[in-house]
Amino acid sequence: MSEARHALIAGSVPEGARVLDVGCGDGALLRALETGRGARGYGLEIDAGAVARAVARGLSVVQGDADTDLAAYPDGAFGVVILSDSLQALRAPLPVLRRAVRVGARVVVAFPNFGHWRVRASLMRTGRMPRSPALPALWYETENIHLCTILDFLDLCGAEGWTVHAAHGLNDRSAFAFDPARPGRANLRAQDAVFCVAA
Amino acid sequence: MRQRGDELTGQDGKARAGLLPEGAGSRIELPGPLPLDGGGTLPGVTVAYDTYGTLDAERGNAVLVCHPLTADQFAARDHPVTGKPGWWSRLIGPGRVIDTDRMFVVCPNVLGGCMGSTGPASAHPDGGAYGLRFPVVTVADMVRAQAGLLDALGIDRLLGVVGGSMGGMQALAWATQFPDRAANVAIIASAARHTPQNIAFHEVGRQAVMADPDWRGGDYAPHAPPRKGLAVARMAAHVTYLSEAALEAKFGRGLQDRAAPAFRAGQEGFEADFQVESYLRHQGASFTDRFDANSYLYITRAMDYFDLGDGAALSRALSDSSARFLIASFTSDWLYPTPESRRIVRALHGAGARVSFVELDSDAGHDAFLLPNADFEAVLGGFLASAADEAGL
Repeated sequence: MSEARHALIAGSVPEGARVLDVGCGDGALLRALETGRGARGYGLEIDAGAVARAVARGLSVVQGDADTDLAAYPDGAFGVVILSDSLQALRAPLPVLRRAVRVGARVVVAFPNFGHWRVRASLMRTGRMPRSPALPALWYETENIHLCTILDFLDLCGAEGWTVHAAHGLNDRSAFAFDPARPGRANLRAQDAVFCVAA
Repeated sequence: MRQRGDELTGQDGKARAGLLPEGAGSRIELPGPLPLDGGGTLPGVTVAYDTYGTLDAERGNAVLVCHPLTADQFAARDHPVTGKPGWWSRLIGPGRVIDTDRMFVVCPNVLGGCMGSTGPASAHPDGGAYGLRFPVVTVADMVRAQAGLLDALGIDRLLGVVGGSMGGMQALAWATQFPDRAANVAIIASAARHTPQNIAFHEVGRQAVMADPDWRGGDYAPHAPPRKGLAVARMAAHVTYLSEAALEAKFGRGLQDRAAPAFRAGQEGFEADFQVESYLRHQGASFTDRFDANSYLYITRAMDYFDLGDGAALSRALSDSSARFLIASFTSDWLYPTPESRRIVRALHGAGARVSFVELDSDAGHDAFLLPNADFEAVLGGFLASAADEAGL
């Protein structure tokens, strides 16, 4: 599903854009955007080992903490800021999102959707915090401390006045677009969500 | 202790360029006078250097390695004066981090140095050694001399410039002075400016040199340099290259060759009682065999004057560079701590440059860039290998 997600993210990256991938890991997505979209990629990653692997791939990656270091970038420094599977691991997602919207002309956010029917069914059936292949850790071990649903995220965009330019859902079978004004069953169907937002 | 008289003075009694024995290493003389930041020019500049690997037919695989304050051009060769292995022997060689199977490494001795490049121990045109008649030189002047060396070697564009500490300052200066000449720039354990604390420690060292009566206003005899002052300067500086954790691990409160403090055994005086004292004394004394006191004054001054500005100014200084950058710092380095590296990273981002940054774990203090560190080697090696790949080497 990560390849499908990368493809959806790439769809929101204009040809040749300056891209900042927040929480870029070893740079697989950045590399795909550089080769596929001719993007000029930059990464921010907290883990030194991952930074080393990304640098060895020829990528430009800065070791740093998304919770604090995004503040250092000037307004509009990037065409696209990406938070792919990073949002839920942040200590303070809202300030980071606000900074991302400031430094990027658009922001692509991809996260596991806690509104997916299987998550809901698991909680209903077991009475315990759901675990899945995408979110395998126990509640006290997980780095994913700010999980949300598609509706939660859309509520936040509305409250902050951000425009949602594109909304996609992903599950084992398919990737589908949906209308952010009328998400309907997307919140049940999507295991992962990919949004493109802007100020 | 080694007598240096006949090293410093030839048969004809004329001063020579520093401590390097005649015939050791390579040197070129720049074709014209070298313009200096101070406004004047320096005539007859010699640049001593060493090389490793082979320059390819396209002259496109050259990597300039810039040495730190007290090192020299013998980065990967047994030193002709001390006999010790080169300071980056571990990193430079076939299949190593700076891979001489692919790259041609050029390492010059800095302007103002004492291993063959023109410095205060070199002969003044009017006779005798320059001493304090040597002009103030800056990091930018050092870089200009290096560019002259590369001109002479027929190297127009560098695959990379790599430097740690003062070498990192030179690498950064390369990106501002010759923005089109280096495709990749690695700045290790360094900074874009000397902080007041950096300057303060250097001033302690300079005062130690100048307080030695043998210094004689910089006009000391080659065979009677201010060894004591220079040794104390080195001792103070050496502490700044380490960390509390490194000192604790290496020495603790261990005593030198005895089980109890000397005063318990009825011995008086201030002989080295702790191992750390003995170690520092050795570091200080051995340093004076391979470094010239006036060079130490001039080079530390050059570092203190180094300041490429802050924020927007630093961004502007770097905005012409098309290079790809690697900035690396070490967690326990309090001489050039991580925030100084992050200033460079922010400025490079502001300039729209391609930059990578990593803070590497180490207890070794500033010296970490000279010591084994697998993470550092992986990052620098990966950076240079991808640079060589990109260049099609």
